[in-house]
Amino acid sequence: MIPGFGLSMGITITMLSLIVLIPLLSVLLTLSNTTFKDFWQVITDGQTVATYKVSLSCAAVAATINVVFGILLAWILTRYKFPFRRVLDGLIELPFALPTAVAGISLTTLYSDKGWIGGLFGKIGIKISYTTTGIVIAMIFIGIPFVVRSIQPVLEKLDPQYEEAASALGASRSRIFFKVVFPEILPAALTGFGLAFARCIGEYGSVVFIAGNIPYQTQITPLIIMNKLEQFNYAAATSIALVMVIFAFLLLFGINLLQARINKIARG
Amino acid sequence: MKRIFKTLALAGALASIIGVFVGCSKNGPSSGSDADGSSAKTLAITNVSYDPTRELYEQYNELFQTYWEEEKGQKVEITQSHGGSGKQARSVLEGNEADVVTLALEGDVDELRKAGLIEDGWVKEFPKNSAPYTSTIVFLVRKGNPKNLKDWDDIVQPGVEVITPDPKSSGGARWNFLAAWAYADKNSGGNEEQDKEFLKSLYANVTVLDSGARGSTTTFVENGQGDVLLAWENEAFLSLKEHPDEFEIVNPSLSILAQPSVAVVDANVEKHGTEEVSKAYLEYLYSDDAQRLEGQNYYRPSNPDILKEFSDTFDLDIELVNIDDDFGGWEAATEKFFADGAIFDQIYKK
Repeated sequence: MIPGFGLSMGITITMLSLIVLIPLLSVLLTLSNTTFKDFWQVITDGQTVATYKVSLSCAAVAATINVVFGILLAWILTRYKFPFRRVLDGLIELPFALPTAVAGISLTTLYSDKGWIGGLFGKIGIKISYTTTGIVIAMIFIGIPFVVRSIQPVLEKLDPQYEEAASALGASRSRIFFKVVFPEILPAALTGFGLAFARCIGEYGSVVFIAGNIPYQTQITPLIIMNKLEQFNYAAATSIALVMVIFAFLLLFGINLLQARINKIARG
Repeated sequence: MKRIFKTLALAGALASIIGVFVGCSKNGPSSGSDADGSSAKTLAITNVSYDPTRELYEQYNELFQTYWEEEKGQKVEITQSHGGSGKQARSVLEGNEADVVTLALEGDVDELRKAGLIEDGWVKEFPKNSAPYTSTIVFLVRKGNPKNLKDWDDIVQPGVEVITPDPKSSGGARWNFLAAWAYADKNSGGNEEQDKEFLKSLYANVTVLDSGARGSTTTFVENGQGDVLLAWENEAFLSLKEHPDEFEIVNPSLSILAQPSVAVVDANVEKHGTEEVSKAYLEYLYSDDAQRLEGQNYYRPSNPDILKEFSDTFDLDIELVNIDDDFGGWEAATEKFFADGAIFDQIYKK
């Protein structure tokens, strides 16, 4: 065995426990005083269920759009040389760095019907801020780095000679993309999708500003959790938090399974 | 290149974690160690308050520091903290060692009593139910009042867009809801089904339900949403001051007496040995000088004589209902209107 395993594993477990496992366990612990009946009532309440729908559907749409644009962005960044490429490359990470509230407030202002971009759409009768469209926009913003950064390394490693060979053998451009490039980046794209999706479900800071927060229409699940906290109802807040943890876990687990199958197929 | 990015990101993450820890440990009081620190040593107290009182307490702290030094020959350092009222109460519950709290809602302070941090009967500890200054709910409309909104009846009409925060997440927003309810109830002669319908049409007009009062003000003032903002009087005056030619205040015929509550956090002052100064800090809020300062910051002074000095600023003819006489206190009101499944949830159910 490579030396240093014990030490590095020890540090890893300690860090994981301190910042991931123990906080998650404390979620369960807070719930230990709640009966299952109360728990069930809280998580299946009509208004809460409506927020699951908003959160999940908006996150799904945003993550899908992110995959399409993310592939395109990663492609441009790896395959072309153009001025300020490095700058653009650095900009991708900005959504990570920016405080989400700042992002939320500026997006809301830009996309409200009095704002620059929202004003243009407003003229043709499309409202963006304070609708589910606005929620999707905020989610796209925070999700995009996950997809780009997942796909980019794969594309960088993918030898352009494969594409040249396919081209020499007479394949059309779209055929090259779908038969040569796409299968290679599919697992990475799935990872990016999963990460972006999970991040979008949990996002609070930027979305609350742009959402409008109308019950049954534009309330997201994290907001309901905040509302319960605001009413000092820790048990209800934790119950819904647990549901979100389960959503996110199932999603990431499902994507891992899917990836394993794709890899199997790819290897024959 | 990529590796550098990763290292940087990791370093950043670590730094922020460390920062959080350091930041947390700073929250502890500096004078906590000896309990009899009433001598020449500098006293330090923390005032945990809510959003719109920032400017008021900045000025008041100076006033109090001068007073205390003249009176006792002691310097006192005051740390203030602001945020949503409920959030602030929670931070005290979770270990922010506030000496005094000056929050938007009696209910928020009462949560601290339930947790054993504040002794029973705190409401009677200071005059006027521990509310040194009050406010009320008014309408902020765009200049010239283009939709001619005069009273609650006007803003429930179809086509009027209303901005108000969510009473589930914002303490302040509960006053808005109750003011509207009181108006409806007066006109319906106590018919609660009609009152619900009135509130239903009011909230059907709400286009953005922000999670806090500051958020709603931003939505209305900066992002240009809606025709009318239901606002605390003091917040409405601040918006007028910042944008003098864009807005007008409309006083409805009936509103609610909003009483922000102040209290000494007994468990913490005992630990810090700051009982005397904390109590004096809140008592002095009732002095004439402080009352005038509150008036200048657009809060209604609780001293009726000093309130009269501000009759040019405030409409003193609004009929004001109050939470104790008209709603049976905060506990009853919360249970009836804002608990899960209560009236506010019902008016949104289809």
